[in-house]
Amino acid sequence: MKKSAINLSFAFLGGLVLLFIVAPLLGMVFSTPLSTLFSTAQETEVQQSIWLTIWISMASTLAFAILSIPLSYLLARYSFPLKNMVLGIIDLPIVIPHSAAGIALLGFISRDTVIGKAAGSFGFNLVGSPFAIALAMAFVSIPFLINAAREGFASVPVRLEKAALNLGASPARVFFTISLPLAWRSIVTGLVMMFARGMSEFGAVVIVAYHPMVAPVLIFDRFNAFGLKYARPVALLFILVSLVVFITIRLLAVKRKKDA
Amino acid sequence: MLKLTNISKRWEEFTLKDITLSVGKGDYFILLGPSGAGKSVLLEVIAGLIAPDGGDITLNDANITQLRIQERDIGLVFQDLALFPHLNVHHNIGYPLYRKGYKSREVNRRVVELAQELGISHLLKRFPPTLSGGEQQRVALARTLALNPVLLLLDEPLSSLDVERKAEIRRLLRDLNRKGQTIVHVTHDYEEAIALGNRIAIINNGAIEQMGSPQEVFGKPTSSFVAGFGGVRNFFKVSLSKSANSKFKKARVSENLSFYLQSDDDGNGYAMIPENEIVITHDNPNTETPNTFPGTVIDIYPHRFGCEVVADIGEKIFAIMASTQLQAIHASIGSKVWVSFNENSVIFIDSN
Repeated sequence: MKKSAINLSFAFLGGLVLLFIVAPLLGMVFSTPLSTLFSTAQETEVQQSIWLTIWISMASTLAFAILSIPLSYLLARYSFPLKNMVLGIIDLPIVIPHSAAGIALLGFISRDTVIGKAAGSFGFNLVGSPFAIALAMAFVSIPFLINAAREGFASVPVRLEKAALNLGASPARVFFTISLPLAWRSIVTGLVMMFARGMSEFGAVVIVAYHPMVAPVLIFDRFNAFGLKYARPVALLFILVSLVVFITIRLLAVKRKKDA
Repeated sequence: MLKLTNISKRWEEFTLKDITLSVGKGDYFILLGPSGAGKSVLLEVIAGLIAPDGGDITLNDANITQLRIQERDIGLVFQDLALFPHLNVHHNIGYPLYRKGYKSREVNRRVVELAQELGISHLLKRFPPTLSGGEQQRVALARTLALNPVLLLLDEPLSSLDVERKAEIRRLLRDLNRKGQTIVHVTHDYEEAIALGNRIAIINNGAIEQMGSPQEVFGKPTSSFVAGFGGVRNFFKVSLSKSANSKFKKARVSENLSFYLQSDDDGNGYAMIPENEIVITHDNPNTETPNTFPGTVIDIYPHRFGCEVVADIGEKIFAIMASTQLQAIHASIGSKVWVSFNENSVIFIDSN
């Protein structure tokens, strides 16, 4: 890069932004003794909470992927009336406050609603259940998956699909053997984004289910009850676990792509 | 075998207009035309990738106009080949076989057989992006042949290959056709058309200009466009009238140019003058031919046999000369020259 004054000032400004992201995280690392981190990791409540967060987010991501990936394909391939409105609706969860999303969901699943009553007739209370947490996580994170998958499908040349049809494949076979594998990288990015966003969700989750406590709620709870010192090790542990999970998923996805 | 009746289609900037043609079993049918003429669209209409606005397509007497792509049994090799980049060569070739209910052992056997036939056995584990243009072309061909198509459609199959690979693939296509494979091949290359086709249709601006055997089409072109594709540059629409010399007829091109030719016909038609029959001299050659005109050189291009000289004698006329001849008459752009040609060298095609 040529060392012009403008480039140097851009680098300086960029450095400040990076520092802004890294400094609080490093601050947390340096102010948490390793022994405290280990003892926090051994707490059953913390372990259960992190485990709950991971599996609910994963389950919700996979369940909604089955619904969202076909929709992404339709959005990438076809034009239809009100398509822009549909795209706007998909982006809606990004722009509305997450606590408001939680309130909206609560109104949807509480005991006096049709869905709540139906679940209640089977002796199942949706509010405060893992199911409610999954819904809240999916609600706020689904645009990431749909948009990434849509871009992935859009980048697959239509010509390849037509060639497959010409070779006698049914549209379903074309989708599963050509479109899906070729859009796979973008879909995985979308899945990881959705999973990550779901795991870190607090605002919507805390309204539909304070208990069982997912990790972000537990961090808030500890902070509220005991203060920063007690909340910090849980937060750090959760960040470390999240990093390990994402890096593993990324590596697996890249390996799968290479093996394919 | 294949019959198109009044096929029409509006597609982006151009329109296919009332295309009617038939391809017989075992034919090597060439659709020849310039870029943007509608050749590829027509091919995709036949394959079912694009639905026509009107007209009928029948294959072996069955109307397939509304039949879905995957049920037509028509193989199409795309110009850009459309190989699946995430599948290796083996899986690319085997792709159409799974649908036909082959078991995986049979698929393997058939893939190996096709790979041997096309000389790509050593490439089976490779992925398409790592192959050369010629290798990709063979893989695409093998993949389409695995379908065992009733009709094979080829969209500019030689356009991206170097001369050596072109000759190889040409041989391969000719062999396939000799074994009975009916082929419709789209190209813009006149030499390719002559080398391969036993029937040719010239397509221009979305309409078929002329159709027949290569001899019929290029021996008797019915338009300057067709003649241009056949490499005939001096192609004029003329009306004949009797001349003072009973041996010759006077051919009127325009008010600026008339010349003489030998013909028993009368009326309107086309006159062609081979470029190598045109003589350009610095001074009036004073020959007996009445076809001697003063003119001006308006362009000179290098040509594989020397130079191509374009002169204005009331109309543009093209001549091929050796470079030494050109130097001898000191001709350059703007030079005044004399252009002459023998009456017997003019070919007349009656259009009545």
